[in-house]
Amino acid sequence: MKLSNLFLLSALLIISCTNSNQDKKNADSKSIQLKGSDTVLPLGQKAAEAFMKMHADVSITVVGGGSGTGITALMDGNTDIAMASRDLKGEEKLKFQEKQMNLEIKTIAVDALAVIIHPENKVEKLTREQLEKIFTGEITNWKDLGGDDAKIVVYSRENSSGTYEFFKEHVMSKKNYASSVLNMPATGAIVQSVSQTKGAIGYIGLAYMSPEVKAVHVSYDEGKTFVAPSIASAKDKSYPISRPLYYIYDVKKTEKVKSYIDYCLSAEGQKLVQDVGYIPLM
Amino acid sequence: MKRYLEYLIEWIIKGCGFISAFIVLMIVLFLFKEGISFLNSSPLEKNYGLFVSVNNPVRKLTDLQIKNIFDKKITNWSQLGWRNDSIRTIDINNIESIFTKEQLGTNYEYLSICINHYIDSIPGTLAFFSERLLSISSGTKEIEVDKISLWSFLSGEEWFPTAKPASIMGTLPLLLGTLIVSFFAILFALPLGLAASIYLAEIADERIRKILKPIIELLSGIPSVVYGFFGLVVIVPFLQRVFHLAVGETALAGSILLAIMALPTIITVSEDAIRTCPRAMKEASLALGASHWQTIWKVILPYASSGITAASILGIGRAIGETMAVLMVTGNAATIPHGLLQPVRTIPATIAAELGEAPYGGLHFKSLFALACMLFLITMLTNIIAERISAKRKLS
Repeated sequence: MKLSNLFLLSALLIISCTNSNQDKKNADSKSIQLKGSDTVLPLGQKAAEAFMKMHADVSITVVGGGSGTGITALMDGNTDIAMASRDLKGEEKLKFQEKQMNLEIKTIAVDALAVIIHPENKVEKLTREQLEKIFTGEITNWKDLGGDDAKIVVYSRENSSGTYEFFKEHVMSKKNYASSVLNMPATGAIVQSVSQTKGAIGYIGLAYMSPEVKAVHVSYDEGKTFVAPSIASAKDKSYPISRPLYYIYDVKKTEKVKSYIDYCLSAEGQKLVQDVGYIPLM
Repeated sequence: MKRYLEYLIEWIIKGCGFISAFIVLMIVLFLFKEGISFLNSSPLEKNYGLFVSVNNPVRKLTDLQIKNIFDKKITNWSQLGWRNDSIRTIDINNIESIFTKEQLGTNYEYLSICINHYIDSIPGTLAFFSERLLSISSGTKEIEVDKISLWSFLSGEEWFPTAKPASIMGTLPLLLGTLIVSFFAILFALPLGLAASIYLAEIADERIRKILKPIIELLSGIPSVVYGFFGLVVIVPFLQRVFHLAVGETALAGSILLAIMALPTIITVSEDAIRTCPRAMKEASLALGASHWQTIWKVILPYASSGITAASILGIGRAIGETMAVLMVTGNAATIPHGLLQPVRTIPATIAAELGEAPYGGLHFKSLFALACMLFLITMLTNIIAERISAKRKLS
């Protein structure tokens, strides 16, 4: 009696093992992993949902965590596609070279950054030079910018964020942020904080724009023309603070990820880009 | 058959014990291996160097000087002890605005020649390049950069781990931020927790206790990110209004939140301590004519004092290590705190916020491990103290 039970148990075990092995195999061939930038995340998710509806046999997992997280995962082979909102860093390029991985970097959309302030703030427009001085801590009072006599409270993303690096590179001419800048763990937290702090200023992706905060008009030609951030102004490139969003993958995996990436670049995929609030490529 | 089974089970249990001890040990070893390997390395990116003309007498630069040069706060060599000459920086990013593509070659094969020539002709140049790309000619020398020492790591006042070309890694503001938030958290939580535990153990009747106790224990079941969100949306604007602050994300907000989070630990542990007071002692006190309150104050509390101390230290341990809630409400500005109403950045928040982006195995990555070692030592110290104090109680 006992012996037969044991047999039954082991038989069951073996069956379940082989079964799960088979499942894994299936999953490997038809599941795509995306990991990386929280900026690209909403787009990646939306496109994945739409794509899976059309191809019932494919499963796509989309995970956030920051551009660096995704690139590191790609390096270790833990993801098929890394989503990134910045270029590869020198250190990372060297690592990929050491591992002899050839990468394909595809631009899938363009994102614009809006500089936001509290809606009751009188200031309407700022030049790039003024923004640089605000974020490096040279200007600390709104009255120097034509506003009320109030302390400027600067909100930034954490230094782990691609947005942080992008803003530093394109707005602050690569100078470092002041140490007194407040670092928030998420874009949503910046919106929340700016909306409840009178002297606040911060930057967010255009997709996160909300009526609780006010976007500043920005000038990159020393105050001649000021442009408000919008999809239209970013599309015709008149709005200066914009950046490409990337999908990065190993060339060896092209076959596996191609259909998904082609979908993202198709007219239908680019329509999703617009829905999410980014700027389509076409 | 049965005996073998017992043996087997014994072995499995033994094995589990050893495995878990082994895992803990390995984690600690790994932590310190990564953390310590970071000391004594250069704050520059690996294989990169700063190059100047041989005529330049400046031999050494500190990481802060390098940051200020590239931030255009130091713009003249006279500020660094040389003649009056402006500093020109070149690196891989602005090189194409100085030389044409033809001059550099398609794969930058002529880069070395271009840079060496540039340094020769303009003596005020400071070049930042990879040693793989640039071979030094006789007219060029490499500048020494101070290595990161334990002292500079602990006493540095600025935290810019991603600054280019040299990372600035001073953890003093982070350490002070952690300590100030934890200290005030315990200051708020202790009286409240103590009062609640006395009430629960001595004063409350059984029915109320049965309702209150699970509610308090429920507090410890709330995920810390929920506390954080609550703090950001409720406590932060509240503090802003009450103290008329420009910024609501302050050390105070973190302290209040951590105090709430440390409460269950403090209440449960000190209530247990108070309950261990022998009945004979209490009855003796009451028989001598002491009132209930006198008995609590003069007999029970002194008896339970070591347990209560242990409870508060365990609470501190919880507060020091707490990450997510603090990350959301303290503002995370890496400045040395001068008061409670300022934004601070704590060690766990720094690790959680930055680890995701730090390139694996790089300097920034390792420095976060060094921070983790610091945190580990602090919490271990508090735990050892708690252990000692509760052991003393058992002996007496």
